[in-house]
Amino acid sequence: MKNKRLHNYAYTFILLGVLVLLTVVMAAASPYFFSWKNCRNILNQSAIYLVLSIGMTFVISAGQIDLSVGALIGFSGMTMGLLCQAGASAFTAVFAGLAVSAVIGAVNGLLIAYGRINSFIVTLSVMTILRGIILIRMKSKSIFGFGPAFTFIGSGKVGPVNMPIVISLGIAAVGAVILHMTRFGNYCLFIGANEAALNRSGVNVKKYKVLLFSLCGLCAGVAGMIVTARLNSAEPLAGQGYEMDAIAATILGGTSMQGGKGSVIGTVIACFILNVMKNGLTLLAISPHYQQILTGLILLLSVLLSESKQRKKSEV
Amino acid sequence: MGDEKAPFLEVENIKKVFGHVQALRGVSMNAYEGEVLAIVGDNGAGKSTLIKILSGVVHPDSGSIRISGKEYRDLTPKKAIEAGVSTVYQDLALGNTMDTASNLFLGTELTKGGFLKKKQMQEEARRLIDSLDIQIPDVTVPAGDLSGGQRQGIAVARLVHNGGRLLIFDEPTAAMGLNESNAVLKLIKKLSGQGYAVIIISHNLPHVFLISDRICVMRQGQVIQELKTQETNMDEIVSMITGAVTADITGD
Repeated sequence: MKNKRLHNYAYTFILLGVLVLLTVVMAAASPYFFSWKNCRNILNQSAIYLVLSIGMTFVISAGQIDLSVGALIGFSGMTMGLLCQAGASAFTAVFAGLAVSAVIGAVNGLLIAYGRINSFIVTLSVMTILRGIILIRMKSKSIFGFGPAFTFIGSGKVGPVNMPIVISLGIAAVGAVILHMTRFGNYCLFIGANEAALNRSGVNVKKYKVLLFSLCGLCAGVAGMIVTARLNSAEPLAGQGYEMDAIAATILGGTSMQGGKGSVIGTVIACFILNVMKNGLTLLAISPHYQQILTGLILLLSVLLSESKQRKKSEV
Repeated sequence: MGDEKAPFLEVENIKKVFGHVQALRGVSMNAYEGEVLAIVGDNGAGKSTLIKILSGVVHPDSGSIRISGKEYRDLTPKKAIEAGVSTVYQDLALGNTMDTASNLFLGTELTKGGFLKKKQMQEEARRLIDSLDIQIPDVTVPAGDLSGGQRQGIAVARLVHNGGRLLIFDEPTAAMGLNESNAVLKLIKKLSGQGYAVIIISHNLPHVFLISDRICVMRQGQVIQELKTQETNMDEIVSMITGAVTADITGD
């Protein structure tokens, strides 16, 4: 019983070990890997997934899923692009883009909580609807020409590190605090653990579900902002398929698909593992198609590992 | 025992019909603080309906319910809890991945500006658990990793913490091992010793005889006999439950 708490962190330590091992192997395999430029590249690339995965960690902790986050990246980018094109300030564009994302997330939550529809179905529908709207409104073309104030978000620097890294690590830190230290985070986990019990105790579960999905939408909006600012262009297909990477990172990080168990720190490490792997394999000139296969295998392996641990527990 | 005090719960002439089935045909009973009342009876005797009425889930067709001397006409689950009547659900309403403190303070978390006061919650959980003699060495362990008895302990501690004065247990020892049911029986005894009123519904007569102060036998929607546990025996109760002996014959 005494080292039970240590046991809870064991998986996080394993993840950390895997990340270190992976880094060492990649550094040995490719001389370019450890260059500052490449490291920064990995961090930049991780930033987008990181922000997205933090929101996903909350949703999956609550036993839900959000497939619309990839499309929301595109939608938030489009909103910011159209506003900048119309001459709005970078601040207005960012604010509006993030607000729209949070509201769409809240709509997800409203449909799930009050419409009593499964989150998979709701967010799948919203995903295709959003992508359709983007393609129609943007006429399948990109929007260029953001001002320097906006592109600073993507390529500006604070000291030696780029803005996306600062933003994403900041959000990860706030996310960790919210999930593990606040009443809101506790309720997110409890929705996943035993929604009926939470309801019976007098907590307004529906309200928390709406807030939860709104938070996830907001994270997707921030990811959309970073993507758009980095490319200095709002792309109609931006973020397509990113929801899968976010889900993969969250699950690999030790958050339980059944809900009731979540780890923001685990998600952060898992995000870096997946991105270090992608980057290293690219440097080794291994086709991205193989990378996909590998990502899938890693995910399967990690779930098998945690599930078998779970089974052993329940058999005792 | 407790006869000289006013009852915490008074039920008078409760009737309930479901379609063509007369589930309760005028049930009257009292529950006292500091006393364990066992309700026994065969399946379909009306025990569950009675409990559902007491916890406000089902409304009686007629009859009166008084809790601490106050009459409740339209008892809802919320009103019942506020009045101090708490039911320990069979599923215990616990989050298995959550620790003791989170489960115990569910809905009544101690917070400061939205932040959980985890330390304080753990300390208070510890105190509450210890005061009820529940054996949980580490309150940070997820509830799913605890034994059935410990889990029941958390569920009870939560009800007590939320102001429960009358605790209703529906088959508390069903599907439990020997050690676990012993822990639960000890907990129930402890609760009555601390002045809580306890009602248990059980098919397990040895357990009933072990912990109850009074036994209330139900049959076909009626309370056919209320007895002091000390003044009866298992054979007598069994024959009353099955109807082999009618209340009139066993009565004085």
